[in-house]
Amino acid sequence: MAAKPKLYYFDGRGRMESIRWLLAAAGVEFEEEFFETREQYEKLQKDGRLLFGQVPLVEIDGMALTQTRAILSYLAAKYNLYGKDLKERVRIDMYTDGTLDLMTMIMGGVFKPLAEKEETLASVVKSAKTRYFPVFEKILKDHGEDFLVGNKFSWADIQLLEAILMVEELDASVLSDFPLLKAFKTRISNIPTIKKFLQPGSQRKPPPDSHYVALVRKILQF
Amino acid sequence: MFQQVPMVEIDGMELVQTRAILNYFASKHNLYGKDLKERALIDMYVEGMADLNDMVVVFPGHPPEEKDAKLALIREKTINRYFPAFEKVLKSHGQDYLVGNRLSRADIQLVELIYHLEELDPSLTANFPLLKALKTRISNLPTVKKFLQPGSQRKPLLTAEAIAEARKAFRF
Repeated sequence: MAAKPKLYYFDGRGRMESIRWLLAAAGVEFEEEFFETREQYEKLQKDGRLLFGQVPLVEIDGMALTQTRAILSYLAAKYNLYGKDLKERVRIDMYTDGTLDLMTMIMGGVFKPLAEKEETLASVVKSAKTRYFPVFEKILKDHGEDFLVGNKFSWADIQLLEAILMVEELDASVLSDFPLLKAFKTRISNIPTIKKFLQPGSQRKPPPDSHYVALVRKILQF
Repeated sequence: MFQQVPMVEIDGMELVQTRAILNYFASKHNLYGKDLKERALIDMYVEGMADLNDMVVVFPGHPPEEKDAKLALIREKTINRYFPAFEKVLKSHGQDYLVGNRLSRADIQLVELIYHLEELDPSLTANFPLLKALKTRISNLPTVKKFLQPGSQRKPLLTAEAIAEARKAFRF
C-alpha cells in the first residue's frame, strides 16, 4: 500500500490550504508536519528537499514537490479532477488561477499592518463581487450544469467553493446577488468527502489569527 | 474573463491567465514531459522561474529611489536561490535538458529568464557554467535562433515609460 502524502507547513491555512482541500475532496488521507520553530524549518532547507528553499512541501510518490500550483496540478491530474481532455483542462486552469489569485490576496492581506490589511481585505471583497463571482455565475448560467467544467466534479469546483467560503468569512452577504453560486455552494458542500472536511475535527485549518501571523513571521523571519 | 490580459484566441477559445495559456501550448506541442511526474517537475521549475520573472518585469516601473534596492534583491535571489537550484538540477543528471533528457517548456522559460536577467546584470551567470551552456544550446535551436534575431515577434523588456502608459490604461 502506498505511503500517504505528507505535507510540511505551518499549522494554519496559508498556501497549503488549497492542497488540503484537494486531497480531502479526493478522499485521500494525508499526514502533516507543522513547523513550530525556525530550527525545524532551517533543517528542512539544509536537507535539500526544498528546491527553492520554500514551503509548501508535499512528499508524494517518491517526490519532494514544492510550488503550490505544481502540487495542485499533479494532484488534480492524479485523482482525475482535471477534466477529460486538453480543452477542459485549460478551462480548469483558467478558473483555478483566478480563484487562487483571489485567495492569495487574502493570504497576503493578513500580514499587513492593520489599516492596510483592512483596505486590502475590503478590496478583495469588492474584487470577488465585481470581477470573479460574476464570471462564475455566468459560467453556471450559460451551461446550466451542476459543475463548472464538463458536467463533472473537478478541481475547479473545489477551489471555487474554498474561495467562496473564504470571502464569506470577510463578508457574509457576498453571495447575495449570485443565486447560482449559492446553489453551487450548497451542492458542493454536500459531496460526502467535502462535507466531512467541513466538519470540526478535520484537517481543515481555521482562518489566520494574530498567533498564526506571529508564528509565520518568527519562522520565516520577516 | 477576469477583465485582464494577456488573452489569446486559439482553437475556437479565448484563453486568459498566463499559466493556463502556457500550460495549453506546452501540452499541445509536446513540451510538457512524457508523464505526470515529469510534468510535476516541469511545473515546479517554471513556477520558481515565474516568481523571479515577476520581479524582473516590474523592475523598470519602480521609482528611481527604489531601484537600487530592488535590483539588489533580484540579484540576491538569482544568485542565492534560483540559479543554484537549476545549476544543481543540470549537474545531478548531466543531461542537456532540465527534465527527461528532452526539450521542454522548462528549458525555454529558463533561457528566456536568463536573457532578461543578463539585461539587468550580465555578470549574474558568471558562476553557473551549466546554465551558460544551456543558454547557448537552447539559443542554437533553429526556432529559438530565429526568434532571437531582429525582426522576430520577440519584444524588448518594458521601459519605465511603457509601464507608466500601462498604469494609465489599466488604472493601477
